[in-house]
Amino acid sequence: MIRATILVSGDPQSLSRGAEEVKLAIEAELSFYGLENEIEVGFGGGVTRVDVLPTVSIYPEGVIYGPVKPGDGAFIVEEHLYKGRVVEHLLLPSDALVSGQLASLPAGKEGKRYAEKRVLLRRVGVIDPYSIEDYVAHDGYFALGQALSTMTPAQVLNIVRESGLQGRGGAGFPTGLKWSFVASRAEATKYIVCNADESEPGTFKDRMILEGDPHAVLEGMALAGYAVGAHEGWIYIRGEYVLSKERLEQAIHQAEELGVLGDNIMGSGFSFHIHVHAGAGAYVCGEETALLESMEGKRGTPRIRPPYPTVYGYHGMPTVVNNVETLANVPPIVLNGAAWYRTLGTKRSPGTKLYSVMGDVNVTGLIEVPMGITLREVVDIYAGGMKAGKTFKCAQTGGSSGSIIPAALLDVPMDFASMAEKGASLGSGALLICGDDTDIVDLAYTLVRFFKTESCGKCVPCRVGTAQMLEALDRLRQGYARAADLARLEQIAGYAREASFCGLGQAAPVPILSGLRFFREEFEAKLIA
Amino acid sequence: MPECSTVNEIIEKYGGDREALVEILRDVSQANGYVTPEDLATIAQRLGLPQSQVYSVASFYSLISLKPLGKHVIRFCQDAPCHVAGGREVWEVLEQTLGIPFGATTPDGTWTLLPTSCIGACSVGPVMMVDDEIYGNLTPDRVREILAQVGGGL
Repeated sequence: MIRATILVSGDPQSLSRGAEEVKLAIEAELSFYGLENEIEVGFGGGVTRVDVLPTVSIYPEGVIYGPVKPGDGAFIVEEHLYKGRVVEHLLLPSDALVSGQLASLPAGKEGKRYAEKRVLLRRVGVIDPYSIEDYVAHDGYFALGQALSTMTPAQVLNIVRESGLQGRGGAGFPTGLKWSFVASRAEATKYIVCNADESEPGTFKDRMILEGDPHAVLEGMALAGYAVGAHEGWIYIRGEYVLSKERLEQAIHQAEELGVLGDNIMGSGFSFHIHVHAGAGAYVCGEETALLESMEGKRGTPRIRPPYPTVYGYHGMPTVVNNVETLANVPPIVLNGAAWYRTLGTKRSPGTKLYSVMGDVNVTGLIEVPMGITLREVVDIYAGGMKAGKTFKCAQTGGSSGSIIPAALLDVPMDFASMAEKGASLGSGALLICGDDTDIVDLAYTLVRFFKTESCGKCVPCRVGTAQMLEALDRLRQGYARAADLARLEQIAGYAREASFCGLGQAAPVPILSGLRFFREEFEAKLIA
Repeated sequence: MPECSTVNEIIEKYGGDREALVEILRDVSQANGYVTPEDLATIAQRLGLPQSQVYSVASFYSLISLKPLGKHVIRFCQDAPCHVAGGREVWEVLEQTLGIPFGATTPDGTWTLLPTSCIGACSVGPVMMVDDEIYGNLTPDRVREILAQVGGGL
């Protein structure tokens, strides 16, 4: 008889902060008190804000402790589980923005800190990612059940279209529109592909969903399959995400056993199977056509577009390729309706957005906030302000394919359209906050080095362009460049931007171009006369 | 040769499917440390593909190695978030302590030092993977500690 469950946050961040030791300490203490048969201990997802990790959640009470040190583990067992007293001083701070019964804050202003708006992360860190029962107990597979029993595929498609959901991989393409392209195709075989090749530097939002709430992605894929008439789905996951892959495979197995995936789902006559395909280390495979090539067992080089995957995708069949975060949005939209979804975010970009915040701020980690909040709000409120002695200089958004945002744009609402109007991009949701001592040329060098390493070599503007840009930046950085070199760098960057075959090559010069646009004087200061 | 049987087992696991080429190569590389020319020939023959194509795919992906790696493989993140968090200092300490540049293996075959792109643990940067373990919040001192701990002394 199990009377309580303890979940220690088990994401890499927590593990690097001693979660394993905390778990061992708890297990040792449980057996000391002879409680090991009535209390189970497992790893859960992280609650995402790094300074409160690792956390220890105790159910059924729903009490969350954090940050917990190994020494505290034994104390929590003795006090909470043996003596039955909550350990007040170890409780997660009430402003730590964790969803669940304990620490969730009302929406809107609360003191000087806004509440996070948790739609996608509401189960992350709260449920056991290895338990489908936990997922079902938190509204899991309700949207799928509802859709299969009461809606036609066209109705599901319509809800998603009317919700205004935009792709969260970086481009912000309307998801409903993409689905309708595939739904309208006559081919009998269609595919849903989940792009889980998250490798934009600084981005770890998808990993948090995959590891903390894997079933949400599966349910989103099944709904997509129902809407467009596909019966098979693939999750392309990057080779480095070993833990995510393990949790997904386990989740698929459980879902098939329960009959919410596989043949004749919930007796509806609709069948949908999901497979996991792990990558082998190549950033370019995040580009959707390169991803499809890689899935077919080839080098991951991009295909020419058009035809887009919606027409000619996996095995040449119509294919929906959606990002993890996009798919995780689908079940709550289907369950609560398009009108509800549009109450979140802005008119042009409804919903919430995940941001991975890092750099020279006090609190780093993952946040989920409504679309349209400003960078200033992110820095001042969620990230707890700049580190002592530092002032904001710029932010680098969206991993390497994002852009540099200077202080002048701190008050622009962050949604896809508003950022584009200012010549910046929201990208994949990484926010690297840089203080005034950041060397812009050095930052651009680091970013371009990434693209040079990851260039697939298919086209000249990217393969040769990234090498030339990196060389020029290196000379500039070391003080060997003249004005003519800088002009040449800018010219090559323009060529790479215009002439590269795919998004990787087009994005590679962006750190240089946006760096020059906002901080040209810093580049010029490094020139020799 | 025991390694060949492993290769055949891995090919069997994927049912000899040509589309599983990337996964087969990755699994072989992980099982044996790297993919030998003989492995490439076996895979090409079993899947009915030209060897040039198998080599082309194998050389494309960073998790597939075509040369022997050290007993422990360090993959150090060189991307901007880790860089801003003090990555360069740590990286220099790695090179100095091991006495090899990035991309090389120590003469005794214990360590291989490789750069990697983002491993998605950015909020605890700088970060490195040693074999399958992720280590975050690295400082020069901590790197020396980890090397001593994993390698059993230098």
